[in-house]
Amino acid sequence: MFSIPVFLDSFYPLFLAARYTLLISVLGIALGLVIGTLICAARLSPYGPLRRFAAVWVSFLRGVPLLVQLLVFFYTLPVIGIDVPAIVAAVVTVGICASAYISEIWRGAIAALPRGQTEAAIAIGMGPRDVWTRVILPQAFTMSLPALINELILLVKASSLVSVVGIMEVTRASQAQAATTFRPLEVYIAAACIYLLINLCLAALGRYLEHRTAV
Amino acid sequence: MQAASVDIRKVNKFYGPFHALKDIDLAIQPGKVTCLIGPSGSGKSTLLRCINFLEEYDSGEIRIDGEMIGYDAPGRRMPGRKLRGMRRAIGMVFQQFNLWPHMTARENVAEGLIRVRGMSRAEAGERAAEALEKVGLGDKMANHPSRLSGGQQQRVAIARAIAMEPRVMLFDEPTSALDPELVGEVLNVMKALATEGMTMVVVTHEMGFAAHVADQVAFMEKGELVGVDSPARILHEPEDARIQAFLRTYHERNSF
Repeated sequence: MFSIPVFLDSFYPLFLAARYTLLISVLGIALGLVIGTLICAARLSPYGPLRRFAAVWVSFLRGVPLLVQLLVFFYTLPVIGIDVPAIVAAVVTVGICASAYISEIWRGAIAALPRGQTEAAIAIGMGPRDVWTRVILPQAFTMSLPALINELILLVKASSLVSVVGIMEVTRASQAQAATTFRPLEVYIAAACIYLLINLCLAALGRYLEHRTAV
Repeated sequence: MQAASVDIRKVNKFYGPFHALKDIDLAIQPGKVTCLIGPSGSGKSTLLRCINFLEEYDSGEIRIDGEMIGYDAPGRRMPGRKLRGMRRAIGMVFQQFNLWPHMTARENVAEGLIRVRGMSRAEAGERAAEALEKVGLGDKMANHPSRLSGGQQQRVAIARAIAMEPRVMLFDEPTSALDPELVGEVLNVMKALATEGMTMVVVTHEMGFAAHVADQVAFMEKGELVGVDSPARILHEPEDARIQAFLRTYHERNSF
């Protein structure tokens, strides 16, 4: 039978573990934004080799499952003599993987911007830096907000995969909890509730931001 | 004769095999209004966009107050910085307004003053307010473009261009995207500018504006400049059969 007390008791350790889930997702998307922006810039650059590098980067990272990327990365690091905590390896992998999607989100938003927007800026005598920072990126950001929030929500769920490299985030913590209590049903439903709670909050944040930037 | 503000000589442009501009010669005198008319696809907008080098021309030269735009020498592109310096002196108004939707009317006008002219925020804000007053939008400064009618948006776009204090203003079908009842307010602002002595090049389908405001009218067809003359001579007693045919369809379409 479903035991309410066991269900409620399993929340506390899972909440603690949720800190890691959030940490990995938030740092992952932050890193993904930085790298993704650079990759998108490379993708749009007039310099051929850069464009090709970016295209390969995107298709490789979108084409290999995150779980496999995590394992490859995690087991490659010691081989090449890099010794970093698992959490760092996890954040970097998640960030790199997200960068592929984020660069495509950016590229789509930039391509959707009417040509006249940049022409008006060029005609007034603005240089490329101002055209990008004042005209293109602010609008591209607003347009891509829904897609970026979507990506962040995907990352929160994908962060469950880093349990395979031993990080005590929500999924791994619930596995441990289930193993000690022998009550997997209660524990996993509690875990589901926590993911749902995080993502509902993110969706609300997204709606708030979209509302604020709406023109 | 005075030196031309915009001097277009033997300009050619190709899109692949398509010959878009054929040996265009046209002089635009300072303080005068030149209207470019002709059927769509005739190359009028292309020619206009060559004047501030939004569109590259392939041969010939276009000089703004004596200085060639786009090229240091035939076939050698000028550095971006120099080209930007020249564009500052050429205002442009687009068919689709092209206001920046994430900025208010005032911010749209101030942006170029801050970024290009290097003004302080306060000074640019004041200048922007003056420019907006001038086009009759002093009460709409805090509105975003989405909260303005088409005619108001186009007037903001005109304010954005004149705030930069250009020596020449280019208008690319400025009223073609407007509902008929909003055309008048934009034409009135343009007339006022012309009266002040602004040098203007206007691509337009508004024959009334060409007849009453223009100092010269240039008729283009199939990439060729067919005729340049006073509005009266082009619009009322055209000699060229192509101009006659164009005006005939125009009158037929506009009569009821």
